Amino acid sequence: MNEQQTNLYRFLIALADDSIVLSHRLSEWCSNAPYLEEDLALSNVALDYLGRARMFYQYAAEVEGKGRTEDDLAYHRNEREYTNLLIHELPINDFAFTMLRQFYLDVFYVKYLQKLSLSQDKMIAAIAQKAIKESRYHLKRSEPWIIQLAQGTEESLNRILVAKEELNDFIGELFDMSEWEKSLAENGISVDRESIKAEWQAYVQGFFAQSDIELDSVELRVHGGREGIHTEHLGHMLSEMQYLQRAYPGNEW
Amino acid sequence: MTQTHDNSTDNLEQKLAEFEQKIADEQKIEPSDWMPEAYRKNLIRQMSQHAHSEVIGMQPEGNWITRSPSLRRKAILLAKVQDEGGHGLYLYSATETLGITRSEMIEALQTRQAKYASIFNYPTLSWADIGAVGWLVDGAAIVNQISLQRTSYGPYSRAMIRICKEESFHQRQGYELMYEMAKGSAEQKQMAQDALNRFWWPSLMMFGPHDTDSAHSAQSMKWKIKRETNDDLRQKFIDQTVPQIEVLGLEMPDPELKWNEERGHYDSGEIDWEEFKQVINGNGPCNHQRLKHHIKAHEDGEWVREAVRAYRAKQKPQADNQVA
Repeated sequence: MNEQQTNLYRFLIALADDSIVLSHRLSEWCSNAPYLEEDLALSNVALDYLGRARMFYQYAAEVEGKGRTEDDLAYHRNEREYTNLLIHELPINDFAFTMLRQFYLDVFYVKYLQKLSLSQDKMIAAIAQKAIKESRYHLKRSEPWIIQLAQGTEESLNRILVAKEELNDFIGELFDMSEWEKSLAENGISVDRESIKAEWQAYVQGFFAQSDIELDSVELRVHGGREGIHTEHLGHMLSEMQYLQRAYPGNEW
Repeated sequence: MTQTHDNSTDNLEQKLAEFEQKIADEQKIEPSDWMPEAYRKNLIRQMSQHAHSEVIGMQPEGNWITRSPSLRRKAILLAKVQDEGGHGLYLYSATETLGITRSEMIEALQTRQAKYASIFNYPTLSWADIGAVGWLVDGAAIVNQISLQRTSYGPYSRAMIRICKEESFHQRQGYELMYEMAKGSAEQKQMAQDALNRFWWPSLMMFGPHDTDSAHSAQSMKWKIKRETNDDLRQKFIDQTVPQIEVLGLEMPDPELKWNEERGHYDSGEIDWEEFKQVINGNGPCNHQRLKHHIKAHEDGEWVREAVRAYRAKQKPQADNQVA
């Protein structure tokens, strides 16, 4: 692979990792949600992200050209090789945390995928065009949840505020550009994340205002996901996710 | 529409006669129709048990979602468990047409007044178990549900028609998973055999006791809530499944499974009815775990439901003001 291809490969793997890790977290709600309807809905969102991960991994494998498959990429890389942004891997905590993270990410992806769907890379543009429809729908679902929890009881508001505080450390990384991503953005293949930050902030702030909540300043705080420096949580997730592939290498499932 | 509330004996007898005539004419009973109290109760018991089974069944299958060995399998399993939850939701709604609420049904489940399919009190211990559940458990469920498409209660019948389509799909996916394992490495084949051995008998138990020992069968057959007997349905399942085991190249889970030319059916060994009784009465391997899981999820979610109620209550006066 030349430098451009290497950057493209890293980019695709990064987006796939973001999706698979969040999908895994959302799927943990299945049979544990506060309503049966939410078991179904959260599984549905998990399926959407799983679908994205598969498309990005498959394309990454093609770009790499070594005959690896989506499963090789998902199941045979370790924690240091996973490059998802950290916000995706945080444990589900409670329903308030899960929905607030989802709201933040839904707002982010609606804006990010909008730009990514204009990518010079036809395949990336096509994936983004499919994914943005899902994210728009996800946002329609996460917004009423944030309103209901923020304006429900004292307890539900408090849980939202606790979640907001924890997530605050991890938002900045969404808008951080690595060198290789900048190079791709200059070529019209990826998106300048920094350019979305102000829009994201304004949207979230405006939405929070309805419930008298304030958004803290968005700055780069905890980071390292794109370099494979994770929270302690990812290793446990991967040891669970990859167990069968690791225990019985070379088998077809 | 006017309804008389004359409960004189004559009137009741006439209504009962009309009801039974409808059943005899293969007409569906609809929620607004008069029905005997025992018919209503019997249906609530059976339909809510069916709904609970779908919901509790999410646990043993959900047990492998985060450990699915490929992305494709993970997508299939996640979608399947989601389907089961959807069936639960659909069936709860259908049961509500009989004048009971979902929260009353959930309370009956959590206080052990209502049952769910005993099969889900067995653990899923290996990945092959996910194949076995789809193939055998959904397979057995379909045999029963195809028969129930002709049940006399309209909403239940329509639910079954819809649910059967998805269940058939699940069964094929489960079988395909088993096939991949049975034709795979020695370790995979062993997992497949072990899963078949463990799930075979509990799957046969899903059809319930022998007809002669079934508490609800006679009345349910008379009212056409049930259309075929437990033993007939069980035989159908055995007959369709044995050739599928042969295709997998696995050993028969019951050495007495033999084709009986004269009967035109497979003969099989006797079910361990003591085990059946134990599991039904709450002493199976996972009975406690399943209910505890359900209760914990319900209790953990209480603050969310409370927040929703509080939010709605606050919205209501505003909405009233807007109207005014």
